[in-house]
Amino acid sequence: MTVSILFFVLAAAALTAALGMLLSRNPVTSALWLILNLFCVAGLYLTLNAEFIAVIQVLVYAGAIMVLFLFVIMLLNLASLPDLKRIEWKRIISFMLGMGLLAMLTFIIAHALDVMPDPLSLDLAAETGSASSLAKVLFTQYAMIFEVIGILLLAATIGAVVIAKRKPV
Amino acid sequence: MEITLNWYLTLSALLFTMGVLGFLFRRNVIIMLMSIELMLNSVNLTLVALSQSMGDSAGQVLVFFVMSVAAAEAAVGLALIIAIFRNKLTVDITKINLFKY
Repeated sequence: MTVSILFFVLAAAALTAALGMLLSRNPVTSALWLILNLFCVAGLYLTLNAEFIAVIQVLVYAGAIMVLFLFVIMLLNLASLPDLKRIEWKRIISFMLGMGLLAMLTFIIAHALDVMPDPLSLDLAAETGSASSLAKVLFTQYAMIFEVIGILLLAATIGAVVIAKRKPV
Repeated sequence: MEITLNWYLTLSALLFTMGVLGFLFRRNVIIMLMSIELMLNSVNLTLVALSQSMGDSAGQVLVFFVMSVAAAEAAVGLALIIAIFRNKLTVDITKINLFKY
């Protein structure tokens, strides 16, 4: 029951954050909406009992990639930063209340329609999503691909530095 | 009431559609890149939901690889944007036509 309510809250927030990313004029606001979306998806991974992927999602996506995006936006000086001195609590609280209402309505409609086939078996899912069982597969069956990903990341790092470097004229 | 696989698949389809719309309609190159991240993210959600419902770890290993490739793609893409911005002083996709003529 808790998981289903959590699902609807997170799904509503994720969809609204994606819409906010699409519709906002300012690139910085857009990036912040996307970060909210990534956090919501990490919460959805937790509702699926995939805790390792949820942690990696927050670390890699929300932590690394989005910082890179914000850094480039500020480097290119595309947008004025949002004014941090006045945090609009009214808008934040109304956003959260709206998300709660949307989640509640979706939950009630889904409950009324009752369109639910096979439920996920939770014990099996918790066993599959844990870091240790993933590591067993990752370092045995997929060890080769893991190494290749390392080389890919090295190549991407060097390539990014070379491309972004100022050319001597 | 149990949340089932279909809900996760529907949600990720909606998120993917929003990513496609953002890629097609926005003209800022950085927001287009962010839409690509949104699409990759929704695909990851599909993979994790299917992997958890089938009890198979392979889908989550694939998600791990997709995240690495997304990080590499974001780094190189943003470097390209910086290089183009130095020449054209814009990130508007309609004004960047380096291959024309």
